[in-house]
Amino acid sequence: MTSKTVQTLDRVVIRFAGDSGDGMQLTGDRFTSETAALGNDLSTLPNFPAEIRAPQGTLPGVSSFQLHFADHDVLTPGDAPDVLVAMNPAALKANLADLPRGATIVANTDEFTTRNLAKVGYETSPLEDGSLESWHVHAVALTSITVEALAPFEGLTRKEKERAKNMFALGLLSWMYTRPTTGTEDFLAKKFGGRPEILEANLAALRAGWNYGETTEDFASSFVVQAAPMAPGRYRNVTGNTALALGLAAAAHRAGRPLVLGSYPITPASDVLHALSGMKRHGVTTIQAEDEIAGVGIALGASYGGAIGVTSTSGPGIALKSETIGLAVSLELPLVVVDIQRGGPSTGLPTKTEQADLLQVMYGRNGESPVPVLAAQTPADCFDAALDAVRIATTYRTPVVLLSDGYLANGSEPWAVPEVDELPDLAVELASAPNAVDDAGEPVFRPYLRDPETLARPWAVPGTPGLEHRIGGIEKADVTGDISYDPDNHDTMVRLRQAKVDGIAVPDLEVDDPSGDAKVLVLGWGSTYGPVAAATRVLRNAGHAVARAHLRHLNPFPANLDDVLRRYERVLVPEMNTGQLALLLRGTYLVDVRSHTAVRGLPFTTVELADVVSTILEEVS
Amino acid sequence: MPVTGLQHVPHLPDDAPGQSKRDFTSDQEVRWCPGCGDYVILAAVQSFLPELGLRRENIVFVSGIGCSSRFPYYLDTYGMHSIHGRAPAIATGLATSRPDLSVWVVTGDGDALSIGGNHLIHALRRNVNLTILLFNNQIYGLTKGQYSPTSRTGSVTKSSPLGSVDAPFNPVSLALGAEATFVARAMESDRAELKEVLRAAAEHRGAALVEIYQNCPIFNDGAFEVLKDRTQQAARIVRLRSGEPVTVGPEDDRRVLVRVAGGHGEFVPEAEVGAREVVVHDAAAPDPSAAFALSRLDSPEMTHVPMGVFRQVSRPTYDDLVRAQVEGAVDAAGGPATDADLGELLRGRDTWTVG
Repeated sequence: MTSKTVQTLDRVVIRFAGDSGDGMQLTGDRFTSETAALGNDLSTLPNFPAEIRAPQGTLPGVSSFQLHFADHDVLTPGDAPDVLVAMNPAALKANLADLPRGATIVANTDEFTTRNLAKVGYETSPLEDGSLESWHVHAVALTSITVEALAPFEGLTRKEKERAKNMFALGLLSWMYTRPTTGTEDFLAKKFGGRPEILEANLAALRAGWNYGETTEDFASSFVVQAAPMAPGRYRNVTGNTALALGLAAAAHRAGRPLVLGSYPITPASDVLHALSGMKRHGVTTIQAEDEIAGVGIALGASYGGAIGVTSTSGPGIALKSETIGLAVSLELPLVVVDIQRGGPSTGLPTKTEQADLLQVMYGRNGESPVPVLAAQTPADCFDAALDAVRIATTYRTPVVLLSDGYLANGSEPWAVPEVDELPDLAVELASAPNAVDDAGEPVFRPYLRDPETLARPWAVPGTPGLEHRIGGIEKADVTGDISYDPDNHDTMVRLRQAKVDGIAVPDLEVDDPSGDAKVLVLGWGSTYGPVAAATRVLRNAGHAVARAHLRHLNPFPANLDDVLRRYERVLVPEMNTGQLALLLRGTYLVDVRSHTAVRGLPFTTVELADVVSTILEEVS
Repeated sequence: MPVTGLQHVPHLPDDAPGQSKRDFTSDQEVRWCPGCGDYVILAAVQSFLPELGLRRENIVFVSGIGCSSRFPYYLDTYGMHSIHGRAPAIATGLATSRPDLSVWVVTGDGDALSIGGNHLIHALRRNVNLTILLFNNQIYGLTKGQYSPTSRTGSVTKSSPLGSVDAPFNPVSLALGAEATFVARAMESDRAELKEVLRAAAEHRGAALVEIYQNCPIFNDGAFEVLKDRTQQAARIVRLRSGEPVTVGPEDDRRVLVRVAGGHGEFVPEAEVGAREVVVHDAAAPDPSAAFALSRLDSPEMTHVPMGVFRQVSRPTYDDLVRAQVEGAVDAAGGPATDADLGELLRGRDTWTVG
């Protein structure tokens, strides 16, 4: 046995890539858990095709999982991998362009057959023809070594043994980066508890991978990344969709109302439905509806009955729910609409990220139909954003759109789990008695008599004696709620609904401008938070003054936004659309913000944004 | 005693003063066209509701869009006039989250069978505890006279000047095909029959669909005239009575439904029945085939139109099952979630501590 050196690194970006059926997402998830347990800060980016099993070995079938971990604060999943695990030629070809020269490639030689090479257009094997000489290549016969290691498992077919090769790869990488594998062992024990032989085989493959790294001379050293300094507390790793579901459940708990989710499965929002359907013990009801329209209808019906009604979807689903959201605007009932944005238009890129639903949720309804909109900025932040969405919905009796996206939904990061009593108090008051007197002095209930401060109407739920009333999508008379076609009343009601949304309490926009003399502001929203923060960090480290701010609330905007926009010579708005927030800012504030956009289905890279900001910095210097 | 549709809905105490039609009449001016069949149905429902002895505040009417869907405004209960076709979905959310409510859906042939067809069949399939009143006037009234999914083929309307080429739905057949547990038909003009059917529907636990033939005097006047005409009525209307042979015709010319191999049955004069097998109606039959066969006696010509309860069977309701899962999980965990329970949920199974 050779003695191996151990080198210390401050950060590593690993990308696991393979065929859709190779278990790369699972491998990445497990590696992430091991890394989180070590106390590294981290950020992940799963990237997979919409097809469950695209043709094997082809470029469209490549599925990957990228993980960035460090001994310091991590803001993005990393621009370029330091290590690529390529389970087949397609995985190598699809990812090589992202790999800087000098990076490490672990390739599964068993899959580099003439047939597989031909499938992706390689005439010769890149592992042998010298084309990878600028990279550090570890050619490992992952499949055959795994099968050999599992030789004692006579009850398993060759196929079943081959399937464990992802655990071999995980074991190898775990050795390389000195990750503990006990968490994965526990995980496998739960997953395959009922099938002892499969469990033992996976454990054996995992150990074989670890031992391979430790034993063979191909791997000269392993690496250590120290824990990142993080605020004291209890942490767990969460994806955006998990955090969002937890936030909704926590909000309902703090509101003292049951949560009812009406939802129709859609990528990348389905995990919200899955997570909430497992929270029955917390009084959460989930109803898998017959379609998107029914999903939101069910949520609205539940809200009418006094629950926190929620519907979760992605862009195409929003299009279908629009009419019902408009009804909720008219009924003035609480409703939370979660939009996990994906590439569009139409079916678009179901598994890729985009921020192009902003204008749809702002304006995609008939008539003057104002709806509050807020956006989560990191996977863990989805929790806080969900609480805020419920606060607005219940306080102002209005539908609220909560925007997340595919990147936040599936990406993960460590989350400092809050104490329940530190969460905001979201207690709501239902109407219980008449709120006015009629001409004869008799007490009566006026369903559209508003709270003078919030302009919210009473939430009077069926079952409350004396408050029987009728509501509907037809225009209602101010105060009484009776049907009214009166021109002046309609004008009043349109403006009241707008004033209610405009008056929603949202905190001022905080600007991060440490030097105080920046001339350029980078203003982001939603999931661009990580890349924007990372890019400004790079520039500040290089001695530049750059200000940065991030919008949580897109409707209404924070009251100080006008002032903030005018404070800087240039305002750059990076968005994963073709300039939707920029359009709103220009139209609202008459400030000519600079728009930087990309719609590639992937988050911005730090380098890309830093370059754009650098160009603007030169203009104002 | 079987659980009824109103089991969990608070009733008035026995010694409470009786409710009357007035208690269920709202202060809103009714705005249907003069002579509209909806008036008759409204009056029947307003006078029938007090008989249920429910607390008024626990009754909710949800409607879609169309003439019929104005119904909730005129009842002094809770009510929601929603959007086109979606009332069954909204009512599903309400009924599932609130077992203490008697939830009614009021809809029309366009609302329920065209734009809202998907929600209707799924509400029936799931067997949500709802009472669905489908006013069928075979025309779009509110949009002023286009053919509907129940209009006869060939109907000349504003949007089909050369006659509609659409094949119509039979709402009863559709509901039975959608696994409905309660399906009935009534005529707006026959108040006694209507109230009887409404009572059975309200007390049914699960989704109850009642198709109500309703005349539109403006755009499709007289659509059901042959059924109202005293000289023809008896020969056309087949009154379904569970446990009794299916018959049609006046007493002196009674015809009896007998089974026909490969067919839906055939009406033959009573005297000619002989050894042939008489069809005896059984609304509670587990197999819906017989009820379906009865629904097929109907035709656009209305030669023989069955009225009454086609099917009334017991099947677990969706909302009961959903609540049972949630309540079961809560009970198994020792009661409603406390702050500590929520904390445990938030922490999950895999946490680590810093500092």
